[in-house]
Amino acid sequence: MRRARVREAQSRLRANRLCDKTRRPMPDSPSFQTSTAAFRGGAQHALTSVFFPVMAGTYIGLGALAHDFGLSAWWLTLSTIFVWAAPAQVILISGIGTGAAMVEVALAVTLSAIRLFPMVVALLPLLRSRTTRTGELVLPAHFTSVSMWIESLRMLPRIAPERRIAYCNGLSVAYMGTATTFGLVGYFLAAGLPSLFAAALLFITPMSFLISTARSATTMLDRVALGLGLVLGTAFAALHVELDLMWTGVGGGTIAYLVHRLTKARANA
Amino acid sequence: MTATAELWPYLVLVVVGFLPNEIWRALGLVLARGLNEESQIVLWSRAVATAILAGVVAKLIVFSNGALANIPLEVRMGAVLVGFVTFLVVRRSALAGVLAGEATLLLGGYLFAP
Repeated sequence: MRRARVREAQSRLRANRLCDKTRRPMPDSPSFQTSTAAFRGGAQHALTSVFFPVMAGTYIGLGALAHDFGLSAWWLTLSTIFVWAAPAQVILISGIGTGAAMVEVALAVTLSAIRLFPMVVALLPLLRSRTTRTGELVLPAHFTSVSMWIESLRMLPRIAPERRIAYCNGLSVAYMGTATTFGLVGYFLAAGLPSLFAAALLFITPMSFLISTARSATTMLDRVALGLGLVLGTAFAALHVELDLMWTGVGGGTIAYLVHRLTKARANA
Repeated sequence: MTATAELWPYLVLVVVGFLPNEIWRALGLVLARGLNEESQIVLWSRAVATAILAGVVAKLIVFSNGALANIPLEVRMGAVLVGFVTFLVVRRSALAGVLAGEATLLLGGYLFAP
């Protein structure tokens, strides 16, 4: 019991420190009386966040892609709900469309999805309070994707621990609804879209992912990992290194982590 | 025969899309039990996730496919640069950055497309 209370206090302390770091005043932490209110609060935040237009754009592009490769609107919708990761969906759709070997597509999808593993590992400790059952974490784990992860890591420390799962689910359901809706918009728009505009739609994904990652990279650790990922990702792909994304992540991430440890050790010395 | 042909994309969706993707979330769910948000393994995981994401971004821009591949590499790189600098200059606004990058890509694509 005492340990739980200490952990709670620590997490609140960390939330404060996080705000100091980003030089933002502690915003009024939204306090929700019920889980339903927290769910609605999360949904509302999602629909007013910068990721709303970004996600709408990304999925308009994906919808256009699915239409071009002759997949049905139903298929697109189901892939958004079950895969729920734009990069994996891009790989899957273009793989099916170009008739690539299915083993190859599955491998590419799983490689693009490795990032979900550390994301879930980093997210769940924020959601878990002393009364949380693992079953309650299944949905947030499935919902884990770039936009949701970035916004959750930013917002959850300001929410009371017992309301975080509801808040996170509300946020995620709203994002998924946005993605599904605009995927269909793109799908039905695609019929008449000239190539240049289709290209612009596809460009939304990398542009917005880069900016949103940079935006949430407030620590040295994040910034070094981001920079190294860009450089190593390009280099390994250009050199046709096998499993290039895995090496980009493990290599870049580990170097960033070591740099973080070294600078911290020096600061403490 | 036709039923199989119609169901095929959905089977591919589950076996080639859903399962290879979801396995990492499931693994995270199982292994994250009992980890503290500032434990060293979580910090390292966060760095790995960020680096992989950056790698995906770099690959989508440098080795594009689909309609984006029709835009010259220089235009794609230039558009990313303009977008990113705009983001830094305009009070770290993600929307302004994306819009500036998009405008540059459209303009460059219009002028320099083969």
